[in-house]
Amino acid sequence: MSEIINILIGFFILAGAVLCLIATFGVIRLPDVYTRNHAASKAATLGVMSILLGTFIYFYALEGHFNSRLILGIVFLFMTSPVSGHLINRAAYYSGVKLWDKTVRDDLKEYNKKMMGKSSAN
Amino acid sequence: MAFQMLLNVVLAFLWMFIKVSYDPISFIKGYIFGLLVIFVLRRYFHSRFYLFRLWSFVKLIFLFIKELVLSNISIVKIVLKPNLDMRPAIFAMETELTEDWQITLLSSLITLTPGTLVIDVSEDNKTLFIHAMNIGEIEDEINSIKNSFEKAILEVSR
Repeated sequence: MSEIINILIGFFILAGAVLCLIATFGVIRLPDVYTRNHAASKAATLGVMSILLGTFIYFYALEGHFNSRLILGIVFLFMTSPVSGHLINRAAYYSGVKLWDKTVRDDLKEYNKKMMGKSSAN
Repeated sequence: MAFQMLLNVVLAFLWMFIKVSYDPISFIKGYIFGLLVIFVLRRYFHSRFYLFRLWSFVKLIFLFIKELVLSNISIVKIVLKPNLDMRPAIFAMETELTEDWQITLLSSLITLTPGTLVIDVSEDNKTLFIHAMNIGEIEDEINSIKNSFEKAILEVSR
């Protein structure tokens, strides 16, 4: 039983660390703000969440200490990080950051044109 | 839903007063009996029996977690691929959802799905503008995923 718990803790913390590493690679490698944001807002979220989960299981199983703050941290992270990714993307778009070689940059440009240049976007 | 829950709590308190025992156990017992009463009388309420709604909410949470894991796998695949050959795009998606909280929930679900990120919501709350990591014939597939999300959210709010 405790072996399984140990393996579980190790898995969660290692997987979280690896995901954070890959998110960092993504931020370095990917070509523009938007794709970088994909990597940062998804991989880093799950990475930090699984590290927190591993920590929670560690303290609960081996020390018998139920730390509800870690659970709250997981929930808050889960709720806020997609929103922050969205906000950064939106701010980047409206301050005119160029996209990479794109295929269809569909409606948003036309939509903004149609809304009579309310925005400062290109 | 909130009304049914409140009614259930009131019924549980009623049970505690009838039994003249004020401990958590009798509260839980009264709550379960109240659940039974509300289930039997469910045709007199405007909305569905609230446990069904709660259950679809739990399903939505599991959908969230599943999509989070899947999107991470796809991100890892793209980042670790030796050459960057994805084709990003921004596309518009019509949505049927009307309430603000539904749209917020849908856009955070979309943000956590594989390869999509919401950039903007139009002024009239009808269209979502989504940045996709890798457009292709995937667009149809993504739209089908969206429809399943939209259906799940509508299920919760029905």
